[in-house]
Amino acid sequence: MIAKGIVHRYQDNVDTDVIIPARYLNTQDAKELASHCMEDIDAEFAKRVKDGDIMVAGLNFGCGSSREHAPLAIKTAGISCVIAKTFARIFYRNAINIGLPILECEAASEAIEAGDEVQVDFNTGVITNITKNETYQAEPFPEFIQEIIKAGGLMKSIKNK
Amino acid sequence: MGMTMTQKILAAHAGLPSVKPGQLINANLDIVLGNDITTPVAINEFEKAGFDSVYDKSRINIVLDHFTPNKDIKAAEQSKQCRQFACKFDIDNYYDVGEMGVEHALLPEKGIVTAGDCIIGADSHTCTYGAVGAFSTGVGSTDMAAGMATGKCWFKVPSAIKINLTGKLSKGVSGKDVILDIIGRIGVDGALYQSMEFVGDGVASLSMDDRLTICNMAIEAGAKNGIFPVDDITREYLDGRTQREYKVYEADEDAEYTQVIDFDLSALVPTVSYPHLPENTHPVTEAKDIKIDQVVIGSCTNGRISDMEAAYEILNGKKVKKGLRVIIIPATQAIYKECIKRGYMEAFIDAGCVVSTPTCGPCLGGYMGILAAGERCVSTTNRNFVGRMGHISSEIYLASPAVAAASALTGYISDPREVL
Repeated sequence: MIAKGIVHRYQDNVDTDVIIPARYLNTQDAKELASHCMEDIDAEFAKRVKDGDIMVAGLNFGCGSSREHAPLAIKTAGISCVIAKTFARIFYRNAINIGLPILECEAASEAIEAGDEVQVDFNTGVITNITKNETYQAEPFPEFIQEIIKAGGLMKSIKNK
Repeated sequence: MGMTMTQKILAAHAGLPSVKPGQLINANLDIVLGNDITTPVAINEFEKAGFDSVYDKSRINIVLDHFTPNKDIKAAEQSKQCRQFACKFDIDNYYDVGEMGVEHALLPEKGIVTAGDCIIGADSHTCTYGAVGAFSTGVGSTDMAAGMATGKCWFKVPSAIKINLTGKLSKGVSGKDVILDIIGRIGVDGALYQSMEFVGDGVASLSMDDRLTICNMAIEAGAKNGIFPVDDITREYLDGRTQREYKVYEADEDAEYTQVIDFDLSALVPTVSYPHLPENTHPVTEAKDIKIDQVVIGSCTNGRISDMEAAYEILNGKKVKKGLRVIIIPATQAIYKECIKRGYMEAFIDAGCVVSTPTCGPCLGGYMGILAAGERCVSTTNRNFVGRMGHISSEIYLASPAVAAASALTGYISDPREVL
């Protein structure tokens, strides 16, 4: 599986309150959530984002609330992969469970800038920065987690068993 | 290699003699929890996957606390969805308006969570229950759905940070100051993917309410869970309250920790976290020129009876600063009733505070105390992220109930030790 798109760049400690503010948590409608995604730190994101685009951030992405609405809003906005130095643990679980691809890669997080065109190969964990002509290697997921991703999320993987 | 307390609980619930940090396990769950925001998403996942039964209706908890009593039509629809699901599966621990409280105050109070449990909740502050000696962690809605269906959850076994507590807290200093100071030292990702295990001679001096507050904010350091050993204070709290027999786990003497933090409770002063991260801690004495517009005393972090007592000690017989909005929210019906019985309610109202029925409301900017542009709030809640309580230019200063109450009298962030 390959993802390719333009990068939306954020810094450390992007919390789930800014990914999707709680004032919108009175709905589960994924499109409505996506229309408010990131608006408190990047008001233009929902208008600017295109299908397949990639989000890159620093440390502890998705910290704070356990709201699954956060990875859902990012996924529904069209983001094909989130790359960060580290993810907050509940966001990490939620992303895997709902099938939003994420990768931890310090080198990619350091080097990639907003607007770069980036390609991600999920089979190898290789991240290619087409704009800068660089590659970075992300840690592959453990087999157990790859199985959840392959099944299309946690509920499907449980059902398969 | 020995195991930490958390690792021992996880091993027992995975049916394994031992586990190691990094190991992926499937563990049996004693308790599964959700609220009115996260449960609807879990119900959708549960139904979409085609499940038609829950693993154990006595172990599932649905607490409608975030946007209740319903703040708007959409919130009412979400509550309705939870209510219908709870009725359909005859969920024992379903708490609606009239019975509900803020979930992490309610479950320990009712003895639903107990020592030795393995607990997940679709709410990040589920880590609160480590205070009673349980492994308890926040997850998302899909994990809740899977937990309700199967009674199991996958975990990566965490490594641990040992926090060695010594000494005793001074007057005007509380569990809130302990956890804020620790987060200030290690940062909002300082315990990422790890357990925070609190040990040492100082543990015995901390009340159960202090421990609940400390474990509640373990997530604010990125931790998977916070946990206290089971001692006389735990037993006293659980005996006559716990709904199930509990099991005591102790860390092995040769358990390995990634880091040991020595923490002298006696040296601690009232602490305030400045916007916009809980790690931006300062001693209260540095904050005295910060003018505020609102005070919130409540939440799963600080809405318990001892928090109400701390506020009462400062507010009784006094008046809050003119122009300041002071919102007090006892976290459960039982705490609310106790506040009435002890005369706190009258004192709060006479002081010029407003007292609300239990709700998470203002903590997450839901309702009941939303901030306008540029406004500042001293809050006993747990997060001060951008826009958390209202407008993106508003500011939240996290503090203890004592600091919040002292600030309510002056309109500036104030040191409770000066008024106690």
